[in-house]
Amino acid sequence: MRRADLVTFAARAIIAHPTRSALTSLGVVIGVAAVVMMTSIGLGAQQRVTSAIGGLGSNLLIVSPGASRGPGGGFVSQGAGSGMSLTEDDAKAIADQVDGAIAVAPAVRGGAQLTAEGANWQSRVEGVTPDYLVARDLTIASGRMFDEAESRQGRKVIVIGQTIATELFGENVDPVGKRIRVGAAPFEVIGVLTPKGQSGFGQDQDDIVLGPLRAVRSRVVGRRVQGTNVQTVYVKAGEADDLDRLQEDVTNLLRERHRIRQGAEDDFSVQNMASIMEAMQASVKTFTSLLAAVAAVSLVVGGVGIMNIMLVAVTERTREIGLRMAVGAKRNDVLFQFALEAMTLSVIGGIIGLIVGIGGGFLMARLGEWPVAIAGWSIPVSLGFSLLVGLVFGAYPSWRAARLDPIEALRRE
Amino acid sequence: MIEIRDLEKIYQMGEETVAALAGVSLTIERGEHIAITGASGSGKSTLMNVLGGLDRPTRGTYHFDGEDVGGFNDDDLADFRNRRIGFVFQSFQLLPRLSALQNVELPMVYAGLPPVERRARAAALLERVGLGARTGHRPTQMSGGQQQRVAIARALANAPDLLLADEPTGALDSQTGQDVLALFRELNAEGLTLLVVTHDAKVADQARRRVVFSDGLIIQDEKGARS
Repeated sequence: MRRADLVTFAARAIIAHPTRSALTSLGVVIGVAAVVMMTSIGLGAQQRVTSAIGGLGSNLLIVSPGASRGPGGGFVSQGAGSGMSLTEDDAKAIADQVDGAIAVAPAVRGGAQLTAEGANWQSRVEGVTPDYLVARDLTIASGRMFDEAESRQGRKVIVIGQTIATELFGENVDPVGKRIRVGAAPFEVIGVLTPKGQSGFGQDQDDIVLGPLRAVRSRVVGRRVQGTNVQTVYVKAGEADDLDRLQEDVTNLLRERHRIRQGAEDDFSVQNMASIMEAMQASVKTFTSLLAAVAAVSLVVGGVGIMNIMLVAVTERTREIGLRMAVGAKRNDVLFQFALEAMTLSVIGGIIGLIVGIGGGFLMARLGEWPVAIAGWSIPVSLGFSLLVGLVFGAYPSWRAARLDPIEALRRE
Repeated sequence: MIEIRDLEKIYQMGEETVAALAGVSLTIERGEHIAITGASGSGKSTLMNVLGGLDRPTRGTYHFDGEDVGGFNDDDLADFRNRRIGFVFQSFQLLPRLSALQNVELPMVYAGLPPVERRARAAALLERVGLGARTGHRPTQMSGGQQQRVAIARALANAPDLLLADEPTGALDSQTGQDVLALFRELNAEGLTLLVVTHDAKVADQARRRVVFSDGLIIQDEKGARS
């Protein structure tokens, strides 16, 4: 028989019972939609992690005082500045003695109330050196960054983020040259940072004030950080491949400077942004596979639904099958007719599920402010899987139909 | 055209074996009109199933135009039923969701005929059985007599060599039954070989040859003029 006729038979059988066909497909719809949505959640999380860590600056080592609590974990749970064992001299030593460090930026930070022209705003204030811009991949939109001399002298000048400019002075006002009180001390605005938007962690990266390290330490941070101590040293490598070597060199240098005996624990930690990103992406991937596996179970359940209905259909249509055989249908003609019916139901379910899944992904993105990430491969893969589900779960009912004895089948009421 | 020798069909019913056909030999020539009668369980339906390629004999030979049908595999048998045999059943066996035209097309679909060709042929066949105006009707919208005519048209679809009818008038009232029998006579007169299984004497009397079955054996085979 002609293949087109086989398709017609399958299509007619599906159309003959619209409600039943819709309910049968529903299982696959849910399964495929779940798989697509789960992988999109996972992919979104992955993108978020990448942008979150990438937002901190690329090729970056973050040196903090106090012992690390292990890879990745330390990044999240560490109380920064706890040990207070890192100094400006340490930073200088790294800059002087470690090869391949293109920027070394010691930093302190604190929160402060900003007031200017009657407006006020609570923000994060970082005391840094000019190298900080290089280390964190920041650029100046207008005005300028303070220089080494101003930094050393502890001049009361600041560079502010776009959010602060807007909050204190309003839109479209150039704040360069204006004065802001940071806590109790007046500072002059000399530059505005290029906006970076929200970070991957949901933080506004433009809500920031950068001031010279010494000025901020004495005027803003106050007693929490003593002497020439710093809370963080950012070290930027010229090459991503250099990062691991750089991490080792920085560690060795600081151990030497801090006179840590062999075998004793570091009193500082060096976090490698690349390895943290790798570790987090690996865990997100595991998480994604887990979600996808759970979703795949519902796809299998959908397949069982198809098998169930197809078995019912074979029983119901026993006489029809007998008659078809009597007028010349070969066993394979019957087999393919039912198999095609199961696969069509499954693939239709797959297509609808794909649409629902993509729609759901966009909806989640809108509601959860989550990046939309529909994996391109999820389209062919989910359609392929729904075809496979139809094939696997349609096989047994189709085989049963093809095995019927035409005489018995014709006699069936 | 048909030659069967010592045909046996034995069913295993639990411990017992039942011989539905216990050694039947029969020769049928092209153009014959045969009625097979006998009590129920006498083996006449089994013979029809074997002749029609729906069932295989346990022993004995079945030759159709010299071909050994007994040695056919499932696919060969399907082809054999499709091209050489037309079935007419007591309960019509039309597919309720298909129109009359589509029902008649069905054997031609399995023969692989292109749609245009088979539609034209199905329409011509419905015209031939007097249902030219009802091609689009579904079986449920037709009377029993009309349904049986659709079934006959379907049986003729691939121009079979042999038409097998199992109690073709069993579900019809006597007038429509007569109409169907009249149609059979016409078809036979046009050269179609016809074998009717029945236990209705009036139906059997229409045939020129009457074969009587009892306990899986032919007990009478008489050729005579129509009464």
